[in-house]
Amino acid sequence: MTTAESSSQPGALRRTVRRFDGSALYIFTALAVVYLLLPVFVIILFSFNDPAGKTNTTWQGFTLKYWMDPLGVPGIANAIFLSLVIAFISTIVATALGTLIALALVRYEFRLSGATNALIFIPMATPEIVLGASLLTMFVSIGGAPFFPLSAFTILIAHIMFNISYVVVTVRARLTGFPRHLEEAAMDLGANEWLTFWKVTFPLILPGIVAAGLLAFSLSIDDFVITNFTAGKTQTFPMFIYAKNRIGIPVQVNVIGTIIFLIAVGTVGVTTLARIRADARARS
Amino acid sequence: MGGWIKRHKWVVPYALLAPGMLWLIVFYLYPSIQMFIASFWSGTLETGFTFSLSNWTNYPDALSASSAQFIRSILYAAAATLLTFLIAYPLAYTIAFKGGRYKALLLFLVVAPFFTSFLLRTISWKLILSDNGIILGPLKAVGILPPEFRLLAEPIAVVSGITYNFLPFMTLPIYVAVEKIDHRLVEAAKDLYAGPWRPGGAIAGLLVGGVLGGVLGYIFEYPVPIWAASWAIAGAIIGWAFISESFTRVTFPLSLPGVFAGSLLTFIPAIGDYVNAEYLGNPTTSMIGNVIQNKFLVQNDYPAASALSFILLAGILIAVAIYARALGTENLTTGHG
Repeated sequence: MTTAESSSQPGALRRTVRRFDGSALYIFTALAVVYLLLPVFVIILFSFNDPAGKTNTTWQGFTLKYWMDPLGVPGIANAIFLSLVIAFISTIVATALGTLIALALVRYEFRLSGATNALIFIPMATPEIVLGASLLTMFVSIGGAPFFPLSAFTILIAHIMFNISYVVVTVRARLTGFPRHLEEAAMDLGANEWLTFWKVTFPLILPGIVAAGLLAFSLSIDDFVITNFTAGKTQTFPMFIYAKNRIGIPVQVNVIGTIIFLIAVGTVGVTTLARIRADARARS
Repeated sequence: MGGWIKRHKWVVPYALLAPGMLWLIVFYLYPSIQMFIASFWSGTLETGFTFSLSNWTNYPDALSASSAQFIRSILYAAAATLLTFLIAYPLAYTIAFKGGRYKALLLFLVVAPFFTSFLLRTISWKLILSDNGIILGPLKAVGILPPEFRLLAEPIAVVSGITYNFLPFMTLPIYVAVEKIDHRLVEAAKDLYAGPWRPGGAIAGLLVGGVLGGVLGYIFEYPVPIWAASWAIAGAIIGWAFISESFTRVTFPLSLPGVFAGSLLTFIPAIGDYVNAEYLGNPTTSMIGNVIQNKFLVQNDYPAASALSFILLAGILIAVAIYARALGTENLTTGHG
């Protein structure tokens, strides 16, 4: 560490070792990132493939024709539409219900808070397959409308259920460490509780609510395991992929997957840039 | 109205909770109880199911019929959790301590796979591991590997798929824990003459590497001595070159909450997973998730499937409870220690 040390002969050796230490970590990180992104790259690459038969598994040649016709497989448009609708509704309902729970847990002391915490946490600790299986068992044992036969409605019930816990945890993280004195100031200036909530509290926790909503949306739109148990014959986009995998995935699935990837990357990019700008403005 | 609420302030939290908690009670708690009841059913979907306590034999019957898959699930999930840890720790450490202004970008790259579909990712992984895919193809072409060598449909393919799919779940909590560590503590340790940990690091690496390599070799059904020996050598080199006293005494202990949270977040989805085993494995690598999925959705054998699901649920909740008792529930539910 000291200059006297590094000028001596063993110091030079130690410096080389230290440099190797440092660069080894960078090389490892680069390899790990390649490992993480390799399958994503393959998905995007094979959206430009021109397969000979039904299976899109070996590279045959470059084509844009599936990008020109991304919905050109029977059923794919309906599946995407249904996934979007379910993700949209389940996000709104779960975000509303979860935010209320988070407010109650952080703001109030009440007798059942331990039990409430447990009931929020346990669904997240339950494997998805058990969540799906237990809902299926209940729907079957009820055996009548609107729960049976399974439908988009039963998928929606399941998605709202598993999203609530994630919303609570995300919003609660934003609420803890909340500057309570701002609310007190608003009350001192004559605002009632209702006005204080909407003018002070809500704008401050809104980033947390938006983050929770984005998380809920992405969990819902990509959910396969729970949907597989609660969908019956209804096809969301992941269910469509699963069904098609037996006979060969159409290239359009890769096109749609790539589009979803680009939209998600764009959304995260825009929100991150906006946050960086806001931080910079707050600092200047 | 406002006056009534002021006089009965205790109702406010319950009013806020009611809609969401009702949803969880009706669509999580009640179905779980219903599943427990269904595990005492007999009959078929066509004739209808009847409940009887004498059907407790569903449990031993289901367990003995699928004990191999149960054990395999535990082993595969444990192996995948271990591998995600070995990849995620240096990755999270580098991002947190050496990421500099690329921190946000690197974190973004870690979660980027989640922006594509889970099924597509797994199918894509299958293409990558395939017999003449982009990894094995070139290695076979230059003669490093024999032409009949394969990864797909082997246990290692299933475990590598699970490792791949859940790696971000391990990386993010470790990152959060490492990022919070005060650099001054590490500096202080160095000032107090904490240097490279030799030969302790090499010996520890040798032992840990040997044990882990042996266990992984056993799980992958590969020659155990070869795996143990090569991992022991790798462990010794890593321990000698990279493990310092400030790491073993300061950084690593302080990052343990992240390691525990990450292990839980990886192990739980891993043990119930059936997609990786279905897409990347063969019938002799099927996991308990495959059995449950098949019994529920193909055979309609609800009693046996419910019994298996309930065993899985109970096992995990007991494990999580022990975990939570050891670490405190706040750590687990809020993610910060």
